[in-house]
Amino acid sequence: MSELLEVRGLKIEAKKEDGTPIPIVKGVDFVVKAGQVVALIGESGSGKTTISLAALAYTRPGLEFCGGEVCLHGEDILTMPPLGQRNLRGNRVAYLAQSAAATFNPAITIGEQVTESAVLHGVLTQEEANIRAIELYGALELPDPELLGRRYPHQVSGGQLQRLMAAMALIGKPDLLVLDEPTTALDVTTQIEVLKAFKKVINEEGSAAIYVTHDLAVVAQVADHIVVLYSGEVQEQGSVEQIINNPQHPYTKRLMAAVKPKPTVDLASDAVDARHDREHDNVRVENMTAGYGGIIDGKPAITVLRDIDMSVENGHVVGVIGESGCGKSTLARVIAGLLAPAQGSISLDGKILPGNMLSRSRSELQKLQFVYQMADTALNPRQLIGDILGRPLQFYHGITGKENRRRVNELLELVELPIDFAERYQTELSGGQKQRVNLARALAAEPEVLLCDEVTSALDSIVSSNVIKLLSKLRDKTGVSFMFISHDLSTVASFADEIVVLYAGRVVEQGPVAKILAPPFHPYTRLLISSVPELRIGWLEETMGKREMAVGIARGVEITEVGCPFYNRCPMAIEGTCNLDTAPVHEPSSGHLIACHCSLEDIIAVEHETQQILKGFEGIGDKVDINPTGKAAVLTQEHF
Amino acid sequence: MTDNITSTGEEEEKTIYDELHDAPPKKKLKLTWVGKLGVTVVAFWVVMALIGPYIAPFHEADIIADDSYLPAFSTDSEGTYILGTDYLERDILSRIIWGARTTIGISFVATLLAYMMGVTLGIGAAVAGGWTDMILSRANDAILSLPSIMLGLLIVVALGTSIPILILTASLIYAASVFRIARALGQDIMVIDFVEAARVRGEGLWWVISREVLPNAAMPLATDFGLRLVFVVLFISSLSFLGLGIQPPAADWGSMVRQNLSGLGYGSYASVWPALAIASFTISINLIVDDISAKSGGSLAKKMI
Amino acid sequence: MQRMVINRILIGIVTLFVVSILVFVGTSILPGDVAEIVLGQAATPESLAAYRAERGLDQPLYIQFISWLQGMATGDLGISKAGGATISSLIDGRLGNTMYLAAIVAVISVPLSIALGLLAAMYPGTWIDRVLTFGTLSLISVPEFFIATFMVLILAVNLHWLPAISRISPDATFLEEMRGLAMPLITLIIVVSAQMIRMTRAGILNVMNSPYIEMAILKGVPRKRIILRHAFFNAIGPIVNVVALNLAYLVSGVVVVETIFAYPGLAKLMIDGVQTRDLPLVQACAMIFCGTYVVLIILADVAAILSNPRLRNPK
Repeated sequence: MSELLEVRGLKIEAKKEDGTPIPIVKGVDFVVKAGQVVALIGESGSGKTTISLAALAYTRPGLEFCGGEVCLHGEDILTMPPLGQRNLRGNRVAYLAQSAAATFNPAITIGEQVTESAVLHGVLTQEEANIRAIELYGALELPDPELLGRRYPHQVSGGQLQRLMAAMALIGKPDLLVLDEPTTALDVTTQIEVLKAFKKVINEEGSAAIYVTHDLAVVAQVADHIVVLYSGEVQEQGSVEQIINNPQHPYTKRLMAAVKPKPTVDLASDAVDARHDREHDNVRVENMTAGYGGIIDGKPAITVLRDIDMSVENGHVVGVIGESGCGKSTLARVIAGLLAPAQGSISLDGKILPGNMLSRSRSELQKLQFVYQMADTALNPRQLIGDILGRPLQFYHGITGKENRRRVNELLELVELPIDFAERYQTELSGGQKQRVNLARALAAEPEVLLCDEVTSALDSIVSSNVIKLLSKLRDKTGVSFMFISHDLSTVASFADEIVVLYAGRVVEQGPVAKILAPPFHPYTRLLISSVPELRIGWLEETMGKREMAVGIARGVEITEVGCPFYNRCPMAIEGTCNLDTAPVHEPSSGHLIACHCSLEDIIAVEHETQQILKGFEGIGDKVDINPTGKAAVLTQEHF
Repeated sequence: MTDNITSTGEEEEKTIYDELHDAPPKKKLKLTWVGKLGVTVVAFWVVMALIGPYIAPFHEADIIADDSYLPAFSTDSEGTYILGTDYLERDILSRIIWGARTTIGISFVATLLAYMMGVTLGIGAAVAGGWTDMILSRANDAILSLPSIMLGLLIVVALGTSIPILILTASLIYAASVFRIARALGQDIMVIDFVEAARVRGEGLWWVISREVLPNAAMPLATDFGLRLVFVVLFISSLSFLGLGIQPPAADWGSMVRQNLSGLGYGSYASVWPALAIASFTISINLIVDDISAKSGGSLAKKMI
Repeated sequence: MQRMVINRILIGIVTLFVVSILVFVGTSILPGDVAEIVLGQAATPESLAAYRAERGLDQPLYIQFISWLQGMATGDLGISKAGGATISSLIDGRLGNTMYLAAIVAVISVPLSIALGLLAAMYPGTWIDRVLTFGTLSLISVPEFFIATFMVLILAVNLHWLPAISRISPDATFLEEMRGLAMPLITLIIVVSAQMIRMTRAGILNVMNSPYIEMAILKGVPRKRIILRHAFFNAIGPIVNVVALNLAYLVSGVVVVETIFAYPGLAKLMIDGVQTRDLPLVQACAMIFCGTYVVLIILADVAAILSNPRLRNPK
């Protein structure tokens, strides 16, 4: 009996300009059985997406099949005539892309796009397809299923679009789904929600799936079988239990090592305190409000940050976390002087800085260096790496000529890049290498504080963990302070001394890492912590039962004028108080601040909550799926 | 650090499993045979413009033949007229060769001037922003909203038809469209992070323009220069054709078409040859430009079934 | 969205005003003033002064400009130098002729160009695409008078199918009229369509690199539907823009074409006016041409705004 999909000896090549082939996929074999989810895991450049697209008999422009076969129900789809391949796509095999925002056509209604393939392939009539689409919207827990089809893609949120893409793929009841990093671009909270929906419909529909990702923790939640890829070759494959619990191949072990451990309390925090060797903080932000648009009476037209108080101590790493839209990047931009605050002040070494960078002195600019998220756009593609790194040396320190070149080489060594990179352009480097150059440029200024804006977010887990290791080394070597912005709590926790939790433009909790990662928590911090995927089978189901999940993940970030902004996502919200008044600040221990209307006792009590309270929140989220045992709702000390 | 124990093991593995190189392969500018053909033809005319007067059989203003509108390869006591003679009994081939210098030279200088004005003001407007940008853009819109040939007619009629005025007129008119393109490019580049990185470093306006913006605008501007040169050639030829461009006896391709138009009635190809000269030059430039820009798109379209 | 449209129209009005200043000042710097031209040889200092006083030419330039603008707005275009006929009467029939020509060109070339442009985009790299691409590239690279000359050479001189010059007599039948118009029509249609075909193709292929087109391919959507539904609807803004710009381009295209074929249109009138230094006539014609041009460009921008689904369906 033939399997659903059999890939045998698959080879795919790209062609150089002179015609010499570059092998991209070098003979890959794997099998997808009916109803099974097979994960292809690897870094970018490993060929995982290329292999997954072969299941649709498709290669990206510039690539071509040059060996092996891909058999669907025993029939080789690579040798099919073009019309046969077209009838296969979207019908028997359906594709879900990484970025739904780019994959939905902005000019066509959602309904037409979702039903299109089923109607075109003659599987369903338009009416039947509309009905099925509405069923799928419901199953995927999307709001207003009846009306959703008439909206345009830009009118719904990113997480909803990602689920709508699942509806689009499932509409014609395909035998096989190909999911290409469908949750990578999402916030952790949204990721859980989408993963949950995917898993549910895949189970209900009974279709098999190929799940492409670089994130082992995600794979552990959804896959039955794992294929580990490196550079177009299979390194190891086996059942999910086998790979996760007992990896054999050294590369798999390395992948496992790169998965950031669940945030843990750093026992060495005493050592950090010993570093207080100056009377002033490096950077101090006091009572700062900022936003966009004209400022009237100290209030910007659109307020992004409100009443922010925080500081970066000398030699410390302060992590700033929150979902996208919480104002993390804006905070860094205000400190860098790219956006002048409407109220409050920024001071450096005890001296108040002008709000606008144009009014800052050269030495003030030099002491604060901003590191951009996307090295692609932060490095001028028309300047040699040597010139990019040499300019700050010349500009701030007047170093020119041979000495400049020598210092550039030192910088390259510092970020663990070969010296000959000075003669290259950024377009010739890989993502991780570019990010290192990006860091080296900031270090070239010899700053006191580095403002790192999501510097690892666009990188694969292995590359990102290497960059974090590099950052730790740099801190030890140079003594520079960091403000490290990320939406990824585990990355922050592995590197920071203190954490500032931002929600909708306000600081909801801040303090030393050890205090932030241990109860008492602000309800939002608790949501974030529980959302970080664990490399453990069954984690997803367990987490979904927690009540902060039930209420919190269903909604997005909204900036509010009054009250606590987390009100509409908070399981502990007190109506009439939380939505009207600004939350008071508790200080459960020295340096640990929580802004919440609930009393400290209540916040602590939540940690020992039981089923009863949980019941009280039924119906707050839409169709909340509550774990009947309530076991997982208890968040105990052992988690950390 | 928590990974003390594993770190030695990792160092070993690092050599085996390097970070995969995910950067796209370097793109080189490589022309297809069509583009190479274009380069050859353009190069030919540029050489003609440079050395034409030294190799042409006759002088552009020599009235030498026995008759007007002689067919190609006619011979008389003065020599052979490879492309025949025109309405004033002059050798057409020689006039086309001389005309290359006039037509291409004037167009090139005018385009260059247009670029100097357009790029300086356009990038300046994009970098400066605010009121400067506002005023420059509105003024530019007004110039752009006058049909170019209309504006050319008005200026030329008002100021006369000397070659410097022709060049200034063409460069002024086309500077407006260069301004628009340069400003749009400049605005696109201004919002990229590396420009902001330079500004937050404290770099001055000059550095930002010359080191960050211009090098990244150079390639698209160079491509556009070709297109603009074609427009200027066509514009000056059209003016000449209307009798308002380059004045006789200087040979230029546009006026040669006009002057010999009456020959068509006698079956003479005297006006066709200069027309072909214009076409060969402008088509070739467009072929090169097309060849350079074609690679950027369209490949996904070939995947449609 | 409404605000954007209104904004665009307001900017257009400002542009129109600046254009009128340019036209007025531009023509005012023409050598010799109207009085000298009109009175010609018979001019004495007294008669010149009297004429200037009568026509308000002794007023400062800005007052002349205001009264000229008022005249333009109320349809009083002034009096031509030639024989003292009102300019309105001179322009009247000529404007109609030019509009007639332009309208026929537009009606034929717009659908034709979009269809051919889509066809080329639908089969990129095939011989259809190559022929269209190279053909249109050649046509946009040559001056209008070259195409016109070739038309004359082939259709009139060699084949004797069509007359080389367009004369429309009032009592001609429709067929005779079309025969008379054929040369300028064909020339203009070729010139305008070539550009539109290229831009339509480019507009579609530009959209074709978007991830949503790859998604459509991976959904098994047929070629025709990808082009007509997925790509075209996203390229409509640029395409409408190109159409409007090319119709505006007709304005300058007619100058050359009317001259070659001696077609009695507005452009021919203006060129004649330029040659005889008939200032008020040139001003009026230039204003009509530039005004049409500006209005078309505004329409293009408004169409682009209206065709953007993000602006049409706000959140």
